Formats: sequence, C-alpha cells, structure tokens
Amino acid sequence: MSKQQTNFKLESISQPNRQWTHVEETDLMPLPPNTLRPDEEPPWKQLTDAEREKYEASLDDTLILDIPKPRTKEDEKELIRKFLDGVTRLFNKADNWPFLRPLVLTMEHCANCQTCSAACHIYEASSGNPAYRPTCRSEILRRIYYKYIKSDGAYFGRWRHGDIDLNWTTVARLAELSYRCNLCRRCAQACPLGADNGLVAREIRKLFSQELDIHTKELHDNGSVLQLKVGSSTGMNALVVKDNMEFIDEEMSEKTGMTIHTPWDKSGADILLIHNAGEIMAWPENPGAFSVIFEAAGVSWTLSSDALGYDSINYGLFYDDFMLARVVLKHAEAAKKLGVKKIVFGECGHAHKALTVIADRILTGDLNIPRESAMTVLRDIVMSGRLKLDPTRNDFPVTLHDPCNMTRMMGIIAPQREIIHTICPRFREMNPHGVNNYCCGGGSGFAIHSRHNFPDWRFKVAGRKKLSQILEAFSDCLDPSVRKYICAPCSNCKGQFRDMLDYYKLWENHSILYGGLVELIVNAMTDIKPGFIEWERH
Amino acid sequence: MSIILHLVTYLALLIFIIAIVVRYLRIRNYPLNLRWEIYPIPHEGKRSIHGGSKMEESEYWTRNHKPDWIRELMFMIPEMVFIKGLFDHNRKLWYRSFPFHFGLYMTAAFACLLFVGSMLELAGVMITGPAASGLAVVLNKITGAVGTMGMVLTIIGGLGLLVMRLSDPDLKPYTNGSHVVNLLVIIATMALMFAALVTAPSHLAPMRAYLSDLVTLSLKAPIPDPLTGIAVAAASLLVAYIPLTHMSHFFVKWFTWHRIRWDDEPNVRGGRIEVMIQKALTYPVNWRANHIRGDGKKTWADVATGEIEK
Repeated sequence: MSKQQTNFKLESISQPNRQWTHVEETDLMPLPPNTLRPDEEPPWKQLTDAEREKYEASLDDTLILDIPKPRTKEDEKELIRKFLDGVTRLFNKADNWPFLRPLVLTMEHCANCQTCSAACHIYEASSGNPAYRPTCRSEILRRIYYKYIKSDGAYFGRWRHGDIDLNWTTVARLAELSYRCNLCRRCAQACPLGADNGLVAREIRKLFSQELDIHTKELHDNGSVLQLKVGSSTGMNALVVKDNMEFIDEEMSEKTGMTIHTPWDKSGADILLIHNAGEIMAWPENPGAFSVIFEAAGVSWTLSSDALGYDSINYGLFYDDFMLARVVLKHAEAAKKLGVKKIVFGECGHAHKALTVIADRILTGDLNIPRESAMTVLRDIVMSGRLKLDPTRNDFPVTLHDPCNMTRMMGIIAPQREIIHTICPRFREMNPHGVNNYCCGGGSGFAIHSRHNFPDWRFKVAGRKKLSQILEAFSDCLDPSVRKYICAPCSNCKGQFRDMLDYYKLWENHSILYGGLVELIVNAMTDIKPGFIEWERH
Repeated sequence: MSIILHLVTYLALLIFIIAIVVRYLRIRNYPLNLRWEIYPIPHEGKRSIHGGSKMEESEYWTRNHKPDWIRELMFMIPEMVFIKGLFDHNRKLWYRSFPFHFGLYMTAAFACLLFVGSMLELAGVMITGPAASGLAVVLNKITGAVGTMGMVLTIIGGLGLLVMRLSDPDLKPYTNGSHVVNLLVIIATMALMFAALVTAPSHLAPMRAYLSDLVTLSLKAPIPDPLTGIAVAAASLLVAYIPLTHMSHFFVKWFTWHRIRWDDEPNVRGGRIEVMIQKALTYPVNWRANHIRGDGKKTWADVATGEIEK
C-alpha cells in the first residue's frame, strides 16, 4: 500500500495545493505477463504550466472540464453559492424526481464498506488510488449535504457524518472528480445494500450542468446542443446524412456485389432503424452492413431524415436530465411521424439504454412506441436461415466486448453470443464477461474526449482493465501473423478501442483489430463477395 | 423504578414502530424514479442465470412476462440470512459482518422465543420446574442456546467490525462518530444481555416474567435482579435507536432492491406508471442553467418540449 493510500484524508480535498492526488505510472496495475513490452507503453504527458494556470486542474494528473480559475473572491463565492443551490435542488422532489429516491437512499444508507471499490476498474487499474474509490465523491457530497444543507449542528453533524470544508477548491475538484468515473455501475452491482455510487457521480455531473452550466463541450455544446440544433451531434443535417448514406450504399454495392439501397422515410415500415450517426462518419461499413443484412433478409425497414431521427446519440444520459429528455422526445416523434411498428437501435450501447429503459418513464401516450435492440433483430435473422452464412469466412480469433449499457443495465447478453457462436468458429470470451463485464474505459462519453492529456488517463487508467482482458483473451495468438478481432457492438466502445489500439500500437504489433457485430455477419455471408472486413487500421 | 423501566420499553417499541412507518412512508412517497435497474434480476427467471432480461426476446412487449418469484426468493434468502453479496465481493468484511448480523438475527429470534415462552406461562403452561413438559423444557433450552450464541456472535462480529473500522486503511478515512457509536451501543447492549443471561439465578425466567408483565400491563411488577433490569433497559433503547440510524437498512434494503435495482416494471399506455409520469412532468423546475432557465413556474414538460436556446 502506497503512502498516498495510508495517509489519505477526505477532508484534504479542500486544501489548496498543486494537485490533490497523483497516479504514479509505476504503480499502475500490471498488464498480463508476456503481452505488451515495456516500450509499448507510451509515456504519460504531463499537464503544462499554462494549462494549470488557466484552468482549475488541481485534482489529479489530468483535466476534462476546463473550469477557468476564479479572478476574484466574488467569483469563488458565486461558485459556492450556486453549487449549494444545486445541492439543494438535487434533494428536492420537484427538481429531481427522476432520481431522488435512489440518490437519497444511497446518501443515507451507504455503509462505506468499500465493497464497491474492488469492483471498480478505475480503482483497480490505479492500484487503489483513494480518490478513485466509487465512495469518495459520494462521501464528499454526503458531508457537504449534511453540513451545509441539512445543518445537523456544527458539532453533532461533524461527529455524525464527518467533516468537510467548502471552498472553491472543494467544489472545482468535486466537479472534476465526477468525470473520473465511467458510470458503468459495476460498483452498484456489487453493493450489498443496493447503494449506487455510480449514480452519485452522474448526479454530481448533473448538478454542475443543470445549475452552474459546467459540462464538457464535447457532451454539451458539440454534443446535445448541436444535435438539437441541426439534427445530429456529428453536425450532419438531413441532406448531408442522406448524401453520406447514398455514398455508403454505393460502396456497399461495389463491395458486396448486391445492389444496396437504404430506404428513407418509408411510412408504415416495420422498423425505424436509428444509427449512432458517428458510425456513418467514422465507421461507414457498420451502417452499410446493416443495410446489406436488412435488404438481404427482406426486412421492412427505414431510416428517418427528421432531425434527430437519424442519430440515436443521447449524451444527456451522461450528464443532464433535461438534455436527455429533449432528445428522447425527438427520437420518439420521428418514429411516430413515420408510423413504424418499432424503433430498433443500431450498435450503440448508450442509445439502447437511453431510449429503451430510461425513456420508458419519460414517454407517454402515442410517443411510447415499442423499442428493441438490434441484437435481437439480428439474432432472429441469423438463426432463421434467411442469410446464407459460412463461418469459415470468419476463421480468425474473435472476442466480444460487452457494452455496459446493453448488458449490465439492460440484460441483453445472449442474442449477440448466439450470433457469434454461429458464425465465428474461433470465438473466445473475455473474463469476466456478460453482465459482469468491465467497461472499455470510454464509457459515459470519455471516448470522445481528447483534450489536454485526458487520453493518457483514459487509456492508462480507465481502459487498462479492458486492455488487460483483451490481451488475456488473445494471449495464445498475440503473434502479429494472426489477425484478431474485438467485436464491440457499440459506437462509444469502438471509439475507445480505436484510440486505445492506436495508443498501444496493438494493430501494428499484434494485429488486433476492432469492429462491430454486423461486419462479422456480412463477412460470413456467402451470397456476396468475400472479404468484407478489411484488415487495416481504421 | 419498575414503572420507569416498563415505560422505557413501551416507549422504545413505540419509537421503533413510528420510526419505521415514517421512514417507510417517506421513501414510498418519493416520486416515481426513472428505471435504473441493474442485471442480473432474479425474477427474470432462467435467463437471470446469465444476467439476461426479457429484452433478449424480439418484440418482448407482445408477451406477458410473469415475474419468477420463486427464483427471486431463492436469491433473497441467502442474501438476507448469509449476506451472500458481501461473501462474494468482500470476504474480509464478511468474516466480521456475517457473525455480527447473524448474531443479531439470533438475538431477535431469542426475543421471539422468550415471548412465546412468556405467553405460554401466562396460559398456565410451566416452562421450567418439575411440572414442565418435555416440549417446554426443549423450548427453554433452545431459547437459552439461541440467545447465548446470538449475543456472543454479535459481540465477536461487532468487535471485529469496530477494529476494522478504526484500523483498516480502506475503511478508516470513511469512519465517522456514528459508525463507532452504533457498534459500541450494540456491543455493550449484547454484553449486558449476555451477562444478565448467564448470571441470573433462574436463567431465562426473569426475562420471561418481564415480557409477561409488559403484555398484562403489570407495570409495578418487581424487576427480578438489577442486571436484568439494566440489560432490559439497554435492549429497549437499542430497539428505539436502530431505526433512527442508517442501520434501518434492514428494511430500507427492500426499496433499494425492489424499487430501484430490480424495478423493471414497464410503462404501459394508460397504466398507473403513465399516470405517475404525467404527474411528475407537471412539477415546477428551478434549475438555473442557461439551457433550462427554471423559474419555479415552468414545468418539466415545458422545459423538455421547449426549444433550446441556440
């Protein structure tokens, strides 16, 4: 146990200094033996003095929120006042009805037994950095709440709930700390009392967004706001997205030998398919493969060109209830307009959860349209025999990554495995997997955050457990002469894998590639030209 | 003195009941929360073995999914009795927490057995002495054994937890005064009860007599011996104290599991959940960020359907 761990005091979060906690690279969780060479581990870039001068960057070794340093004492007081207003609203029935019950029960009944810490991949990867415990941010919020809002009395309250001082440093560090969690809720799954410290991380993010306008620009300005403004967080409007899909159709037709024509705005179709629009931009073969499969299987389906109807992203899930609800409503309205029987999501974990589970208690009346995962639709197609599939076309090692939002939070685990067992003869599971999976490290939107040195933290800490699992899964065939495939049916996870594989040069040195599930299906189809999966870095 | 002791016990029982009812109603009356379940959910039946849900079926909403209560019960019993979750995820703590909790269950069972014995005595059945039947003797022996074991286990587990709370680097930074006092109160009460149990001349009889007096409102009945009196007073205070603290998790856990973690009840058009959502959407919004601009008048529905400032 390091000195930092043994000397750790929560109260010290309010003491201004250069950095509250530090992750020593040599302390990081070791990777499996005989996998990555030491020289394959890139050095961790340090924040510059200029970055530290400009922004509040005193939590740890990285930075995501870009909170400007206060110029005056009044700035500091204003931040604290607004923060306390936000805490009050978090515990107010009208202002926080969506999550009041789980929040209060966690605040009142978490025993701080630290069982959740052992379940957290970030805590484990950092070799037990005390600031990264799931309970750490919750306990800070709890102490603030009882001391400054509930006011149990100066002495009794401090004795009963523990002490904390509230100042600029505490508030700014707590804001940053809420973004050192992937919101994968593995901690909540392990809690013997049913407390949910993952939720508390989200509630803190929410407080800062909904009261203080503090959020990351990737999630808010360039994410939800842009999506509501132009129709997609990628910035694509309807014309552009249709143009891009037309180009993808041409590519797919050429590549497969089938004539592919993606239907748009077909009223009364059985299925409205909503892709994460990031797929269209970054991984066009994924929406292309969906079109190939649906057309070959004779599915009655359509895409929507209505604003938001072609982009399933809902970043509000990660930081803001109002942005979440606004996007949910637009998705449902697009489906209602077309009169489809059901909405089906492409390979995007958080979109699955946002519009299926969360939206279930937002949508009412005729907006409450049935919603289903692509995993089940694809499973039915594959198992029905409507496609001619040859598993030998996928005769390479494949492992499956389970997106947290799809598995732990929705219980969709078997369908994708039924498909993979059918078409991938050299499939191997990660350990653990399914409902007990580990997050890819890009969860809660981290995969789209690459400012400052955040990627170093994202790959070395948040993604380290997943990296370790991948290397273990392929430990018998790490030689670059064997091409290997990580199947990740989630855009956000793919974003993390793309960047993490690059960071560790896993394609160059070990021929480890990533991609979606539909690409594997199309790659196994015998009615089309072989070689759908292109073995090159993308 | 006897009257005071009896009144303390009545008051403690009253506080226990009121505290639980108040907390229960407070939690139950919170507005409907969004679905926030975590899998596996045992009432999903067979598929819960791999953590699956009804959403693994295509068009799952077209079928009636009956919750598998048997499987849920099969999950709950080991969780409640053996704290299985802690056994699986935090063995070091389980070695201390399990004897502590199981000891408390046994002590509660001891109180119930004592009560049964006292009622039998009131009905004229002899529990001890030459006229006691074989069954009554067994009841008496079991009561004593369960009580003794329960108290010893609670004390051992409680001391283990206390030492861990105060010394373990994982727990120490998070240990506050209430953690320590809660454990000390329980350990001290159990120690007093244990002492009363093993030192009382007629063993369990005084405690049974006290319970009978409570039922028959014989407030002036003498306290058999001072130690039993002190132990009863301590136990009464403990009964009143527990539901006022976070130790009320013994019943709050029902909400955290059934109303949050396993709550997958779908929102059906025209159903009761839809009504609750519609009500929640009329709540006023006070959040002040630029993309919300709550003023205490605008409702959730207004903000969610309004245009965002661009």
